[in-house]
Amino acid sequence: MLEIAGLGHRYDDGHQAVAGVELHVARGELVSIVGPSGCGKSTLLRCVAGLQRPSEGRIAVGGRPVDGVPDDLAVVFQDYTRSLFPWLTVRDNVALPLRRRGLARAQRREQALAALAQVGLDGVAGKYPWQLSGGMQQRVAIARALAYRPALLLMDEPFGSVDAQTREDLEDLLLSVRGGADRGGGSEDRGGMTILLVTHDIDESVYVGDRVVVLTGAPGRVHSELRVELPAPRDQIVTRGLPEFVKLRAEVGRAVRRP
Amino acid sequence: MKRAERAERAGKMKHVALALLGRSWLLVLLVAAWELAARRAGDLYFPPPTRIVSAMRELWWSGPASRLWLSDRAVDDFVPSLSHLLLGWALAGIVGIAVGVVIGLSRIAYLVLDPVLQFGRAVPPPTLIPFFMVAFGLGTSMQLAAIVFGVVWPVLLNTADGVRAVEPVQLDSARVFGLGGFARLRYVVLPAAAPRIFAGLRVALGFALILMVIAELMGSGDGIGSRLNAAEREFRPDQLWAGIVLLGALGCVLNGLFLLVERKALAWHRGARRMST
Repeated sequence: MLEIAGLGHRYDDGHQAVAGVELHVARGELVSIVGPSGCGKSTLLRCVAGLQRPSEGRIAVGGRPVDGVPDDLAVVFQDYTRSLFPWLTVRDNVALPLRRRGLARAQRREQALAALAQVGLDGVAGKYPWQLSGGMQQRVAIARALAYRPALLLMDEPFGSVDAQTREDLEDLLLSVRGGADRGGGSEDRGGMTILLVTHDIDESVYVGDRVVVLTGAPGRVHSELRVELPAPRDQIVTRGLPEFVKLRAEVGRAVRRP
Repeated sequence: MKRAERAERAGKMKHVALALLGRSWLLVLLVAAWELAARRAGDLYFPPPTRIVSAMRELWWSGPASRLWLSDRAVDDFVPSLSHLLLGWALAGIVGIAVGVVIGLSRIAYLVLDPVLQFGRAVPPPTLIPFFMVAFGLGTSMQLAAIVFGVVWPVLLNTADGVRAVEPVQLDSARVFGLGGFARLRYVVLPAAAPRIFAGLRVALGFALILMVIAELMGSGDGIGSRLNAAEREFRPDQLWAGIVLLGALGCVLNGLFLLVERKALAWHRGARRMST
């Protein structure tokens, strides 16, 4: 689904954000990316999203080289308050990207409402984003990405600024939607959603991931990869109490702290 | 529920009435004082407000009730003035927004055009009226040209600023979700820049009134400004004052109407700002 080979990026001011990143992500996989701050996680995502042309290396999504924003790709930005459009209602925020899908107005609204219901926001479709709490705004941003039904979903520290309870809810939401069961009846089957989740939270990376990729700092490169083989369904209390979970998070933690 | 709503509305109306009272008492007091002082002084150049109002009535409000009491002269004076004002303002708005968007979006257009724009903005608009009189003759084209040239700048520069200041994350979102050039402009760039565009349009509306009057005073056959010229020739201070009061009131009404539209269109902006503080 996603192939990254020899990716490096140096900004105009000379700052080398990432160097020699190799990463392969299979269709339907959820890969967590962790690393110390300033390890180029966000640069990596921007390059995959086609928002930033890397200075070296190749990226291919679905077998096609990335040149501009790939189709069937959605992003949940870290800065949700600014990525939502304050002049549109919650429903219209979610429905706007669906214009691209060539759907009629009524269908767009219906799909938007369905996605909002999926994230538990049925009641606020007519409100404006700024009337909602931070956690709810972030759920709107997630609903927008889900309604778009992307093949590849990129999330840049999506739960960074919400409270602990909301954070756990959103993690579970992510696990439930990627299962595919909730994805509604799309006319064509694109298979499960592939998700790349950038986070600075080690527990989170293990809890939601199929695989954890650890980046080292400045310039960012892949330090190690760990496969997460925790039983499904995952549960905030049970899973986090498993000896394997504790062992994995210790391993990831060591990798992050000692490059 | 219904009752609560009605109570709330009644409360709101009471609030509005009190606010109006609170804001107008000083005006009433000043006008009364003016009336007394002017009567006592008996100066021809400073007629009391009642004389001014009666001059206004004589000039413009002596017509039939079916036409809202507007006299023929009122129609002759108001229609050209208002149509020039509004048409010129609208044209300047369209041109200003269009050029402002281009300059705001394109760094090259900005670099190339900025010196020209800075110069154009710096030229005091009334200085161009004699030129427009030579170029277009007296009449509608000259007046429109004067208004458009004078008021396009605040719209243009505000639009360019607003477009340049759109949140990069919002633009990234639009790109990621596949909004192409036109959709991005229509659904993201213009709404995001709308608060500044409206600010520019409001300044422009005030300028438009000024330029309308100047153009009419400097010579043209019709409009409120030419009525002022006539009153000067006939030595009628009361009519001159009538024109002054009328133009002041017109400015207030135009600004008030514009604010109503702006409040409605930018309700999201006020709400979002209130929330973020």
